[in-house]
Amino acid sequence: MNFMAVFRKEMLEQWRTYRFLIVAAVFAAFGLASPLLAKFTPELLKSIPDVPPELLAVIPAPTVVDAVAQYVKNMSQFGILLALLMTMGVVAQEKERGTAAFFLTRPVSRETFLLAKFAALTVTFAASLTLAAIGCWYYTLVLFELLAWRPFLVLNGLMLVIFLVYMALALLASTIARTNGVAVGLAFVALILVGGIGSLPSIGEYFPGRLFSWGTTLMMGGSDTAWPAFGISLGIIAIALLVACIIFRRQEV
Amino acid sequence: MSSVHIENLKKYYGAVHALDGLDLDVAPGTIFGFLGPNGAGKTTTLRILTGLARPTSGKAQVAGIDVLKNGSKLARRIGHLPEEPAFYPWMTPREFLDYLGQLYGFSSTERSSRTRELLALVRMEDVSRRRIGGFSRGMRQRLGVAAALIHHPEVLFLDEPASALDPAGRKEVLDLIETLRGQCTVVMSTHILADVERVCDVVGIIAKGRMLVQSPREELLERYAVPAFEVEADDRSALSRWAEDLRCLPWVTAVAPENGKLRLTVKDVQTAKRELLPLAVKAGLTLNRYEEVRPSLEDVFLQLVGTESVV
Repeated sequence: MNFMAVFRKEMLEQWRTYRFLIVAAVFAAFGLASPLLAKFTPELLKSIPDVPPELLAVIPAPTVVDAVAQYVKNMSQFGILLALLMTMGVVAQEKERGTAAFFLTRPVSRETFLLAKFAALTVTFAASLTLAAIGCWYYTLVLFELLAWRPFLVLNGLMLVIFLVYMALALLASTIARTNGVAVGLAFVALILVGGIGSLPSIGEYFPGRLFSWGTTLMMGGSDTAWPAFGISLGIIAIALLVACIIFRRQEV
Repeated sequence: MSSVHIENLKKYYGAVHALDGLDLDVAPGTIFGFLGPNGAGKTTTLRILTGLARPTSGKAQVAGIDVLKNGSKLARRIGHLPEEPAFYPWMTPREFLDYLGQLYGFSSTERSSRTRELLALVRMEDVSRRRIGGFSRGMRQRLGVAAALIHHPEVLFLDEPASALDPAGRKEVLDLIETLRGQCTVVMSTHILADVERVCDVVGIIAKGRMLVQSPREELLERYAVPAFEVEADDRSALSRWAEDLRCLPWVTAVAPENGKLRLTVKDVQTAKRELLPLAVKAGLTLNRYEEVRPSLEDVFLQLVGTESVV
């Protein structure tokens, strides 16, 4: 099975080039830090000298909702950034270095070459997000109260879907680009486009970013859903991978 | 049936005609030297034959397989060493060859024995557990040859396999290619004439995307051979003066002085043999060497391609 051989090599590469460790460490740090920040930010504010007592009076006591909100905020910023940074060079770099040409004269289909990379990155991000979630769940328990595990699981699943959207777009950018520099530029254009359009009130409802608010609402006990945004996110992933495969199949490396 | 068959192959990059109707046939078991100046179309041809690039038009077959239609079938029959083989720097040679073995579907036992065998062939057993990232160019080239041979390919494509190596590295790689004689068909592109003269049975000379000539090496040398003599003397100024005199003689085609040595190409060998030595004595030269030189591939190449494109 060539796919498994290439996938194993990709996983080993994630490990040996410290990509896995970097993502896991950053995610774990933000997972642990989120409830801590929620708990101690008001305390820190209170310890600043000369803060007017009127202001101190309006700072609310931190709750579990603040811990979850802090977690979602951190992951939505740094998670997406990491998803782009870790993915945008993976194909362009191999084309630039010559390893792509060296391996594509072997019995490895171009689809396998791309999809194995995506699968390995998915495993890296899923494992790292699991670490972050465990860290956040544990510290929230220690500092606040027990988090309902089912909506928390759904929240993390939705966050993974969002990361996969950006990873698929970055992989497409990396496939289109001939050099790493161009891939970086294209990936950030994708970030600005998806983020920018997603922030428009009427269209944003259907964009991947909406999944963050769906997950947060679930954590607060709400029953609001965003299935169209979920479907569109999966659609973006599938289309980005399909287009990347078609382009790569026709590309001279 | 030919191992490699190309018919009227064209590859255009906009206005640039990298290949302009190339024809080529390589017989099985041959070490074929694909010779040409830089930019002649050698790498483009090899990229098309290995499935990395698509031709604009024309036909290309390797081991009877149409290179445009059967990518995975082709991959199992060919080996390819690019001009600068690229590796994952975090892998060791052992891991790298084992990984390639997996791609070809070898069992674990097969992979382990083939890896050992190839590491011995390219003399890399002692560095087999070191990361490739720290390897020299010569070591990478040797590992590239091992990688190209992992699956016992029928046709092996080597793109400038020794061009960027130091003399010792070049010798090692050429020796390695020599050992493949009779085991598989080797198509080796290069612009280094001495490498072709040393290992290739058949030579094809390409320029501006077209095959100028294709023939067994010895036949080519005979067909295009230019009668030549070399004379060496200590007195360089006397040698230069004599060179001027020789240029006026009707049976002399060209005189090329170089570091105390004269290389003469002549129209009439017999006259040259009769008159050259007496003329040297008359010019007051004390000769260190006088030799009727064997025509080289360089002479043939210069005739066919022209001096302006030689690199």
